[in-house]
Amino acid sequence: MRLRRTKVLAGLLVLAVALAACGDGGDGAGDAAAADCEVGGVDGDLALYNWSDYMDPELIEAFEEEFGVTVTEDFYPSNEELFARVEAGGAQYDVIVPSDYMVDIMIQEDLLLAMDFDLIPNAVNLDDDFTSPPYDPDLEFSVPYQWGTTGLGVDLGVVGDAEASWALLFDADVAGELTGRVSILDDPREAMAAALFWLGYDPNSTDEDQLEEAADVIAASRDWTAAFTSDQYSDLLLGGETVVAHGYSGNFLDNFGDDENYAYLIPDEGAVIWTDNLAILATSASPCTAHTFVDFILDAENGAQLTNWTFYASPNAAATAFIDPEVLENPAIYPDEETRDNLFFLEDTGDAEILFTDLFTRAKS
Amino acid sequence: MAATVDPPRTQTPTPASAPDEPGLERAAEQAESRRGFLIGLPSLLYLVVLFALPLVIVVVYSFATRSRTGRTILADWNLSSYARLFDPLVLEIGLRSLWLALLTTVISLVVGYPFAYYLATRSPRVRGVLLVLVMIPFWSNFLIRTYAWRVILGRDGPFVRFLEPILGTEGQLLFTPFAVVVGLVYGYLPFMILPLYATLERLDFSLVEAARDLHATGWQAFWRVTWPLSRPGVVAGSILVFIPSFGAYVTPEILGGGRTTMIGSYVVRQFLSARDWPFGSALSVAILAVMLVAAVVYFRTRDREA
Repeated sequence: MRLRRTKVLAGLLVLAVALAACGDGGDGAGDAAAADCEVGGVDGDLALYNWSDYMDPELIEAFEEEFGVTVTEDFYPSNEELFARVEAGGAQYDVIVPSDYMVDIMIQEDLLLAMDFDLIPNAVNLDDDFTSPPYDPDLEFSVPYQWGTTGLGVDLGVVGDAEASWALLFDADVAGELTGRVSILDDPREAMAAALFWLGYDPNSTDEDQLEEAADVIAASRDWTAAFTSDQYSDLLLGGETVVAHGYSGNFLDNFGDDENYAYLIPDEGAVIWTDNLAILATSASPCTAHTFVDFILDAENGAQLTNWTFYASPNAAATAFIDPEVLENPAIYPDEETRDNLFFLEDTGDAEILFTDLFTRAKS
Repeated sequence: MAATVDPPRTQTPTPASAPDEPGLERAAEQAESRRGFLIGLPSLLYLVVLFALPLVIVVVYSFATRSRTGRTILADWNLSSYARLFDPLVLEIGLRSLWLALLTTVISLVVGYPFAYYLATRSPRVRGVLLVLVMIPFWSNFLIRTYAWRVILGRDGPFVRFLEPILGTEGQLLFTPFAVVVGLVYGYLPFMILPLYATLERLDFSLVEAARDLHATGWQAFWRVTWPLSRPGVVAGSILVFIPSFGAYVTPEILGGGRTTMIGSYVVRQFLSARDWPFGSALSVAILAVMLVAAVVYFRTRDREA
């Protein structure tokens, strides 16, 4: 009797393993790119996997109407979650919106479809600054969607006309005066990049001594840093708990609204620029529709509509003419040339990622 | 909670003394066992699919390798993730979690025991009201209640204001280990009170009276009668508080402000930022081992007392 029960248990286990295996390797289709696809063609409905609040619903409706397909949109909160979901293979999406370094990783993992730019004539609209990014130098697998920077949100009532500098986070004479009222991103790469900028180093440095030095800077700043947080820095700033917050441009601008007590600063020592990008999954079931969608977003007027809705900058040069002046003239969204020359992408550092994570974890507690 | 159901042990005559109808006897026994198995099947399936299988995956992953891009390579099986568990950073985080969890458990016990005692010695009507009061917090979301502590402990909150003479104007409570312990005690106190109450309520207080009659002082009666008799509740409550405190993630994240890294947050970081699933899995296995030890202590104590 006991033997039999064990057998049934074993059977269940085998069954479950088999089920799990099925879910894993189901779809190999779609790799054959849209062979008989034309510009503006469709070959099925579109499944979009995107960050939340990152796509104007009216654009989706317009696309559905123009091309007679249905678009479903799902959301993810982080690049890592996107990666995990896509790598597991269970999710059937066509177009995704990974950030720069994640594009790099996904290319290395063969998860993305090489785009056929004959099907994306609107690609000529892209700003020259974005046609050879370090993570996809020839734009073979991705097309920039929106871009922004990582800098400092400040409470002008307390900080006043402080210089735009990482000193607001790290200098004992500046930040030290703001004990318990500073927050730093709880992200190893972003926080370490800020410290590396402050020290005058490359934010993508893998030099162990430089990274140790940066970690020491963060450790020293613990005396006045209230919190390390990646999702509550705006709340803490607007709630008066903090007066200087390290965070992402779009999030601050979205939360500040018209409130003139707050400002977003891009530090003079240099800052991180990031892009989010449209990419088509290698497993896409409707690669033709996916190309058409990418082309649709790269249209000048559609690109402008997107930026007017998200408040993030557009990599679409042709769209500039249609973007609201208040967005274009906001230096926090569209920094001047001098500032732009001082913006750097975070690049994947491979095995050094573990060093970044460990040094940062040690530094902050 | 333990209404002892007598197992149907009617068919226990030894085979030698009851050879009348061995076939029927065995058939009935088998039918009984089959029925039991079928009734248990849903929970068995649940455990296998949602617990045992994921656990196997975690264990398997913990021996795998991280690729340069952070993918998990299910080959080159090795122990390097386990070797990293002895890194000073990991040990420090582990010890901090252990310390905070123990502190939470002790504070919960010190606060919870008198309350449970009070609760158990009230009239049934008052008891009902007080029990409901203990449960009421569960009716609202744990996350929301933890966020509420952010306001209470915040810069303009009552605590900082009240303690200003001691802490000074730059005093900070929020985002300190203190805030984390407050949040943990708050969150898990009911798990201490309820099992304590269950034991104390069943306690035969005439034994205490007998002790007093025999000239024991109040303290003596407590230490020699009440406390030993309530030990099962103390152990159960302590385990129920210790285990979730040790692996806590939400509370240290929200009230610790990322400055009091506990092991739960460190595991999450392996999956979401270092993309090192093998190491994250090895950490999970290590946590599991600690909890297993705690659970074994619990069951052994309970069995000994029973």
